[in-house]
Amino acid sequence: MEGVMRTDAKMRTESGAESSPRGPGCSLRHFACEQNLLSRPDGSASFLQGDTSVLAGVYGPAEVKVSKEIFNKATLEVILRPKIGLPGVAEKSRERLIRNTCEAVVLGALHPRTSITVVLQVVSDAGSLLACGLNAACMALVDAGVPMRALFCGVTCALDSEGTLVLDPTAKQEKEARAILTFALDSVERKLLMSTTKGLYSDAELQQCLAAAQAASQHVFRFYRESLQRRYSKS
Amino acid sequence: MAGVVAVAAESLAGGRARAARTVLDQVVLPGEELLLPEQEDAEGPGGTGERPLRLNAGVRARVRVVCGPGLRRCGDRLLVTKCGRLRYKEPGGSGGGGGVYWVDSQQKRYVPVKGDHVIGIVTAKSGDIFKVDVGGSEPASLSYLAFEGATKRNRPNVQVGDLIYGQFVVANKDMEPEMVCIDSCGRANGMGVIGQDGLLFKVTLGLIRKLLAPDCEILQEVGKLYPLEIVFGMNGRIWVKAKTIQQTLILANILEACEHMTADQRKQIFSRLAES
Repeated sequence: MEGVMRTDAKMRTESGAESSPRGPGCSLRHFACEQNLLSRPDGSASFLQGDTSVLAGVYGPAEVKVSKEIFNKATLEVILRPKIGLPGVAEKSRERLIRNTCEAVVLGALHPRTSITVVLQVVSDAGSLLACGLNAACMALVDAGVPMRALFCGVTCALDSEGTLVLDPTAKQEKEARAILTFALDSVERKLLMSTTKGLYSDAELQQCLAAAQAASQHVFRFYRESLQRRYSKS
Repeated sequence: MAGVVAVAAESLAGGRARAARTVLDQVVLPGEELLLPEQEDAEGPGGTGERPLRLNAGVRARVRVVCGPGLRRCGDRLLVTKCGRLRYKEPGGSGGGGGVYWVDSQQKRYVPVKGDHVIGIVTAKSGDIFKVDVGGSEPASLSYLAFEGATKRNRPNVQVGDLIYGQFVVANKDMEPEMVCIDSCGRANGMGVIGQDGLLFKVTLGLIRKLLAPDCEILQEVGKLYPLEIVFGMNGRIWVKAKTIQQTLILANILEACEHMTADQRKQIFSRLAES
């Protein structure tokens, strides 16, 4: 699939004048992850993509209020806190997107009448925030030992006015883009779990972005695998 | 921070099912599918290697394996649901079945399992039952008759806030967990209210399993250090009592730190403590 990324002339693989250097052969920014860094939550993870960083904590399966309990599966709650200010409508909508993605993947039927809470704190925002939040949530759920049917990752694409596709855009690229598309993909067959888009784009461009996101997701999943192997090799 | 720059690309068709045997003791991720080994063909009654006639000639029978924590059945394959190392235990003795597969994962949150011995804290007394907090998603219920020698006239002396060591008789996802402090013969067998003083602290579930393993040297070394009483709950709680408060605290710190120390570091600490 390296071929797909190189032969497609519209895709930029060089970072150019970006402040954050990108890895050779892959358009995603440098990423890093740390697990089990908080002592209170059952699982926690911090995910860094370039300069964007999100910290996630997972509590569960824990007690749930009778008004919120579901008789045959776990109640999943996502709370996203911005870096400054009170959470507003944008945070609410991102929480809903992350919750829908997690519900598709977490095996809630194994823990009915419990609650699984994912708390995300934005540490720094330099573009692709939703994708970074999705990755942090996935790593934190794995760290907490919540049963899942697959892993998931988030990838953001930006289309600028000429139609050039940039994966994992920075804040500057996002502002200048004419369309920003974020996809959540699962690890088993790279299927689409969630997509949210903003801006103007054609049908063909959507398919192209989706294909590019699927190719880029392999790098993220390979990073997950290496990161988890490193964690279990210490014990 | 574990940083990685991805360089080489893989084919898009990842996630093929692998044979469970080839992945033993390796880290497996949620979403992976594992194939079970196939059954060996039994020798025919004639003894000359005749094969028994099969009704469905194309399909080979699979061995019956027990699917432990972290694995789910999905068709005739196993689906991994938690991240950890895949372990296997041979079938013992009379060869019934094909053994047990499970995923050894590191977790902090306890989920009640039938038969587990746990330490609980009594949170409420309502009528004939006590509500006991065991660290799961809901409090377990403990009947006042489930103690050795308890009758309706002779109630056990249990107050709110007491520590209880008991085992689960009912623990599934659909019902409230129930625990008792007697075994199937009606004897306490070490269970019941845990005495005065001592210190209760929480560790990860993996550490408890490691300490309770039959060949664990940590416990023997700790026992040589100071005389102590210790109770392990499978829900990640440990209760420790030594002669003085200082010794109790030292023991608690050692046990908490055991998870991250290598054997050499541990021996150093023990020898330093034994001298002082």
